[in-house]
Amino acid sequence: MSMNNQGRPSAPTETGGLTEHPTFTGNKALQMEEPLLFETGRTDICGVDLDEPADFTPALGGHARTAELDLPALTEPETMRHFVRLSSKNYAIDAGLYPLGSCTMKHNPRLNEKMARLPGFGDIHPLQPLSTVSGAIDLIDELSHWLMTMTGMSAVAMSPKAGAHGELCGMMAIKAAHSAAGRDPKIVLVPESAHGTNPATAALLGYKVVSIEAREDGTVDTAAVKARIAEHEGDIAGIMLTNPNTCGLFERDIIAIADAIHEANGYFYCDGANFNAIVGKARPGDLGVDAMHINLHKTFSTPHGGGGPGSGPVVLSDRLAPFAPLPFLRKDSAGVTWVESETELKEGEKPFGRMTAFHGQMGMYVRALAYMKSHGADGLRQASEDAVLNANYVRVGLEDLMSLPFGSRWCMHEVLFDDSFLKDTGVTTLDFAKAMIDEGYHPMTMYFPLVVHGAMLIEPTESESRSSLDLFIATMRDLVMSAQKGETDRFKGAPFHAPRARLDETRAARKPVLKWERPAAREVQPQAAE
Amino acid sequence: MRYLPLSDADRADMRARVGVSDIDEIFVDIPKSARLDGLLDLPLRQSEFAVERDLSRMALKNVPASAVPFFVGAGAYKHHVPASVDHLIQRSEFLTSYTPYQPEVTQGTLQYLFEFQTQVAALTAMDVANASMYDGSTGTAEAVLMAHRVTKRNKAVLSGGLHPQYRDVVEGLSAMAGDRVESLPADPNATEDILSRIDDETSCVVVQSPSFYGQLIDLKPIAEKAHAHGALLIAVFTEVMSLGLIEPPGAQGADIVVGEGQSIGNGLNFGGPYVGLFATRQKYIRQMPGRLCGETVDANGKRGFVLTLSTREQHIRRDKATSNICTNSGLCCLAFTIHMTLLGGKGLEKLARINHAHAVKLKAMLEAIPGVSVINDAFFNEFTVKLPMEAAAVVEALARQGILGGVPVSRLEPGKSDLENLLLVASSEVNSDEDRDAFVAALKEVLA
Repeated sequence: MSMNNQGRPSAPTETGGLTEHPTFTGNKALQMEEPLLFETGRTDICGVDLDEPADFTPALGGHARTAELDLPALTEPETMRHFVRLSSKNYAIDAGLYPLGSCTMKHNPRLNEKMARLPGFGDIHPLQPLSTVSGAIDLIDELSHWLMTMTGMSAVAMSPKAGAHGELCGMMAIKAAHSAAGRDPKIVLVPESAHGTNPATAALLGYKVVSIEAREDGTVDTAAVKARIAEHEGDIAGIMLTNPNTCGLFERDIIAIADAIHEANGYFYCDGANFNAIVGKARPGDLGVDAMHINLHKTFSTPHGGGGPGSGPVVLSDRLAPFAPLPFLRKDSAGVTWVESETELKEGEKPFGRMTAFHGQMGMYVRALAYMKSHGADGLRQASEDAVLNANYVRVGLEDLMSLPFGSRWCMHEVLFDDSFLKDTGVTTLDFAKAMIDEGYHPMTMYFPLVVHGAMLIEPTESESRSSLDLFIATMRDLVMSAQKGETDRFKGAPFHAPRARLDETRAARKPVLKWERPAAREVQPQAAE
Repeated sequence: MRYLPLSDADRADMRARVGVSDIDEIFVDIPKSARLDGLLDLPLRQSEFAVERDLSRMALKNVPASAVPFFVGAGAYKHHVPASVDHLIQRSEFLTSYTPYQPEVTQGTLQYLFEFQTQVAALTAMDVANASMYDGSTGTAEAVLMAHRVTKRNKAVLSGGLHPQYRDVVEGLSAMAGDRVESLPADPNATEDILSRIDDETSCVVVQSPSFYGQLIDLKPIAEKAHAHGALLIAVFTEVMSLGLIEPPGAQGADIVVGEGQSIGNGLNFGGPYVGLFATRQKYIRQMPGRLCGETVDANGKRGFVLTLSTREQHIRRDKATSNICTNSGLCCLAFTIHMTLLGGKGLEKLARINHAHAVKLKAMLEAIPGVSVINDAFFNEFTVKLPMEAAAVVEALARQGILGGVPVSRLEPGKSDLENLLLVASSEVNSDEDRDAFVAALKEVLA
């Protein structure tokens, strides 16, 4: 009880406020337990008012459902409560610092959301006559212009649906270019520090992935690239390189690496996940890049939405531009044309095919353009500089206590630590991350990149204020010192204050339960273990 | 700049703390030749109001579906989305959260993904569904790759009733990956003999129902023939609402069911973002692409949810992964789940029945126009109209009269003379009698 019966506020000392008592409901004040919607929902109600249509003769030709669709519903107030309660169990950028390295969890402006919901953008159909969507084509044109100008590239394939889809698009363009030149090379070079999507993408297209080790300072050595090229002479399709790389470092030999790849008749695919560090500071086109996807949901602030939707336009060099997939924008003396099919092609246009139905992620294009126009050329450069400054501020604030695998040097927009500072403390990297949760922080990216032991990759982004960074640094220092003092209790069972304690992932994988079933059904038909 | 919390004084102090006087000292690793000294040749920053004005002007040049009699479908459908859906998906905790890699603080996302998987599995009558693909078309390409892994074969047979752009996506990826595809010719009348194309080398047969042309297809004989040859049936849909009324693919023997979920909870958005639904049999779960959310317990024995079976995925398995997909359609799944929660099974059935009733009514009205016929006998909320002239010109003429009257098949299958007079017409719960009357009157005038 926090109020006495006279309505006067009571002091915590009177109530023993530090002791946790189990509650009847399992709730803890604002932290509510929420069952699955199927457990509270009913099949005899509906949250949408629908009138039964007047009598008519169906034309389903014997294809009508034979069994009722057994899915419970909730009315509107119940639905609101269910999902609001679920939302309260999520960490979010709007709630706190979200330092996931390589994910760029920056502020998502609400202007973007408002613009994407204008009926002229949100309520137009991909196949209504082009004469009725000229504003949409204008928007794609303008966004393309921003993307090409920022990257110094000559074309952009807009349609890829996310970063990995953009990688696929870029690598398909590269494969098409080789094929057009009568070549069929089999090898794609990928540094060990690469995102998993890079080797997965190359393999999807039948390429053999050859790994390039990192040198001692965390970057790729031109000599190592040349050595791999020599080993596979004449068989190099290209290289997939992230720059700035996933160790938070700019690949300083990038032009020499690009030259080496080009001399071997290969193409340079750049993973643009970390473009946020260099917008307005350098253009990938000046670094020898042939193709690069841009995660609009990282660099250009479209919301991550709990895992999507994203958008991954791919900028292309002169050499790859002719192979850009359908649909694409053509600008010539006739004006701007949205080209959707092979029958409309002109000389020199050799699209390799189509990445997706329709035109890509229009909803994300609107958001990204709203962000770009808000920042402008000056604001975009300032954002990159602030992102890099913030990361270095965190680095300097922690480097005496935590361990930098590549020594004390400038980082770009993210700083990579390893877990050697936890050696002999009895606290694991995972324990450390979970203790951060109790302090109100989402952990940084853990165990990635794979090139260092117990990686902890911190990307604060430009959206954090100095006071926010100061508190984060102070918290991290407190945690490190606590671990080193042997206060393992704070870490071993953490998190103690989250909606759930640590979850049993082994159990989930060993006997997968991937959907709710009615309890009776569950007893009769246990899920088969695979 | 309103999105950047650092003041110039902060920046100066922080540079001093970091040990530089000029921020460019930190960018020293960028080769000199590539460093930008000045600003990019782009406009400078703008106020919120100025950006809003610019973008609103662009938006006003477009004709929104809600503003006119609207009958456009062909893989994306105009439906009413309850206001509560859009409100809930804009909650910060959902909108600005990342992929739930730290399950202790992302149970909200994980639980709705589990609910989403349950709803998709029930709708399709399949054992398991994943936590979404980008959209129906890319999901279909992934389904074909999965069938190749399961059967250890590499030949896919595509029905001529498959959405042409879905076909293009599958063909493009298959060509690059070195797999074989046999695509049957466009099949508006649903007369193709797909059974004879299935043999012992076939990995999968891909059939859409309702077909691109709106026709409902009996999947059972195709499933039987495929299974007799050790091949899989991949059943595709582009209008998920149809599953409220028609026999689900899982009840007809499909091995993988994949399709577009946009119609439930998600707006038109000029083609994206949408949400790909993907479901299969229990025995194939380890060959599935994409994320899966599973139930477990926490250290205190409380039920909770986690991403699971991730050894299939790129961040663990790298070049041996089942797919390269990472970011999927999280927030669109949430919109789907909320709308589906409001509807429930019975609500969806009723909404589907309303859609079908609208289409039946419109079909009768169009067929009464001299020279116009409808080629389908069994359909859901979309059908193919045969016109006495080229459909593309008709659609343009209707648009000039303020009516968006469907999709000419030639937009997606250009240069095929036998398809030039075909018009796809969709009708949903949003169409009124006035809409239909206006459409029919205008069409009569255009054809006269």
